[in-house]
Amino acid sequence: MSAITLLFYLTLLVYLGATVLYFVGMLGKRPAAGRVGRWVLVAGALLHAGSFAVRHSTAGGTPVTSLHESLSFFAWCLVLLFLLLDLRFRLAVMGAFASPLAVLLMVGSALSPDVVMELNPMLKSWLFPVHIAFAFLGNAAFALSFGAGLMYLIQDRMLKSKRFTGIYQLLPSLDTLDKVNYTCLSVGFPLMTLGIISGAVWGNTVWGSYWSWDPKQTWALITWFLYAALLHGRLTVGWRGRKAAIFSIIGFIFLLFTFLGVNLLLGGQHTFEAFALF
Amino acid sequence: MNILVVGLSHKTAPVEIREKVAFPPTEMAAPLEQMLALPAINEAVIVSTCNRVELYATSRNVAAGITELKQFLCAYHQLKPADLEGHLYDYAGEEAIRHVLRVSASLDSMVIGEPQILGQIKTAYGYASEHKTAGLILNRFLHKAFSVAKRVRTETAIASSAVSVSFAAVELARKIFDTLEDKTVMLIGAGEMCELAARHFVNNGVAKVLVTNRTFARAEKLADEFDGTAVSFENFREQLHRVDIVLSSTGAPDYVLEAKKLKEVCKLRRHKPMFLIDIAVPRDIDPLANKIDGIYLYDVDDLQGVVQANLKERQKEAAKAEAIINEEIVQFQRWMATLEVKPTIVALRQQLDSVRKAELEKTFSNLNGLGKKERKAVEAMTNAIVNKILHHPTNILKEAQNGSDGDFYIDAVRRLFNLSDTTEQAPQASDSGEN
Repeated sequence: MSAITLLFYLTLLVYLGATVLYFVGMLGKRPAAGRVGRWVLVAGALLHAGSFAVRHSTAGGTPVTSLHESLSFFAWCLVLLFLLLDLRFRLAVMGAFASPLAVLLMVGSALSPDVVMELNPMLKSWLFPVHIAFAFLGNAAFALSFGAGLMYLIQDRMLKSKRFTGIYQLLPSLDTLDKVNYTCLSVGFPLMTLGIISGAVWGNTVWGSYWSWDPKQTWALITWFLYAALLHGRLTVGWRGRKAAIFSIIGFIFLLFTFLGVNLLLGGQHTFEAFALF
Repeated sequence: MNILVVGLSHKTAPVEIREKVAFPPTEMAAPLEQMLALPAINEAVIVSTCNRVELYATSRNVAAGITELKQFLCAYHQLKPADLEGHLYDYAGEEAIRHVLRVSASLDSMVIGEPQILGQIKTAYGYASEHKTAGLILNRFLHKAFSVAKRVRTETAIASSAVSVSFAAVELARKIFDTLEDKTVMLIGAGEMCELAARHFVNNGVAKVLVTNRTFARAEKLADEFDGTAVSFENFREQLHRVDIVLSSTGAPDYVLEAKKLKEVCKLRRHKPMFLIDIAVPRDIDPLANKIDGIYLYDVDDLQGVVQANLKERQKEAAKAEAIINEEIVQFQRWMATLEVKPTIVALRQQLDSVRKAELEKTFSNLNGLGKKERKAVEAMTNAIVNKILHHPTNILKEAQNGSDGDFYIDAVRRLFNLSDTTEQAPQASDSGEN
């Protein structure tokens, strides 16, 4: 087993450990387990970063060309952003959403063929890693806003119907969830914007045109407009709470389609050969 | 030695009976001393609260002890035994231990998990130690009860959720708003429940209170109490968009707040959530308001429902608490068992005998020249020494068993000779309950 694989599976294991701890904290009502989970997740993120560093030194350039690599990178972004969010809002319950999602992404990554590629000369530009980093960090932020939105709807439903289940005790207040949702949106939106712009500029250096209405680009633009509408509604009309939560859930569904569906169903420039995703 | 409990509680006796047998806290000396003077009773503690009156005692004779305690309770309060017939319960041994542990852990309370009872038992124990009527066993036992109560409180969620309507309201507000400190409460009308709820909100950080009432003077008076502002009843609707929490309890026959009006208010608030509590019957706020996005409307029944659900939750937690108590009973009984005379004497003899044997072995291995006969003689001599040493202490222990201070002798012997807590010689002394 190479160092890369070893680090990868070790990270997966640590994320799994954090997931278990978060779930014990949530279902067993043991907040201490959730607090330990946070530190385990920090350790996982560091390991993960280590595995990228090793990969970088082996392949050279940005190691995010295959589905295996990009899912793994997505997981890392998600964990990173969650930890930052947790620092600000103390969201142990959300850990029970973010860490299993990271595990899921890692498992997906493990199941995809892992080939450390001779990088396509096309991808060897400083703009490419910038494009990738922005796009994935943005995706991760939106994934977290999706989680917060989901929790908001559950909590709202329980408060309205006056029927409370076990999870009620653990959910943060509606206000907090709304703030998390907004924070994720206001972080994710600029990241996504920069991701699209850097992608266009990079596209220009490679294909000689900024925008080619490739399906991925089109869907990314649609998603971007959705989030732009939500941000606009929040800032001007005072959209918040339930409406914003629903919007961020729909937005994320579009995002998922842009990220996965387009490649699987529509094809286009972003699909380099059989293994790539962009 | 046995622990005895005789008493009655809200579960077995109505308040008319309970008040007749209550012991006023100002005169605890006389009953405690009289109780201790009962021939079969060795230690005495009296717990007297508005929900229960219980006598805790230790005795060698369970039947006689319980009879005497019952007679004492009647005689002291000048009641006939028939008056308390059917209301009194009595427990001995393990059942008594379980009962006291359950009571102090608040499992036997009217509202399971309520925190006062532990303090009340601590006070009762305070009186007993002040008048020196609690001896070795009850001292240790009640400290055990306190630590078990604490364990139950920290290891189960028995006291974690609100079981009163006004606390339930505050708890719900915390699920809507992340902080109450920058929130504004408006009281419409001046029902007692409303006032109580408002007080809970203020105690939990709400800084701004608005009060409105059909009679402006009453609004002003109430506003003064909360350091708030009075608003005239004609204009209170214009202030609503500034308000995050509404507490309403007017005597109005119709709705004071219509859903349509609240929809407008929502817009003015830019859809910030609003928590409406309608304690009035007939209701003050149009129930349709709950359908509006961002408005959470609770009427009396809804709040009662929350309280009921929380009570059910507490009952579930109580099952966990019972398991903890079972564990602790076993531990405490193990300690109680060591206070028996016979096993103590056996343990003492075994202890000295093992010392004797060990020393003999050492000596014999150094003295190779000894014959069988000589060995036997030395062995007999050491045996005689041990018997001579043990003779008097054994007699004292046997006699002490009948006196009231026997437990102290037994405990002292166990400590002096380092006899382990379990009667069958455990390899190391367990420290169960030593706190």
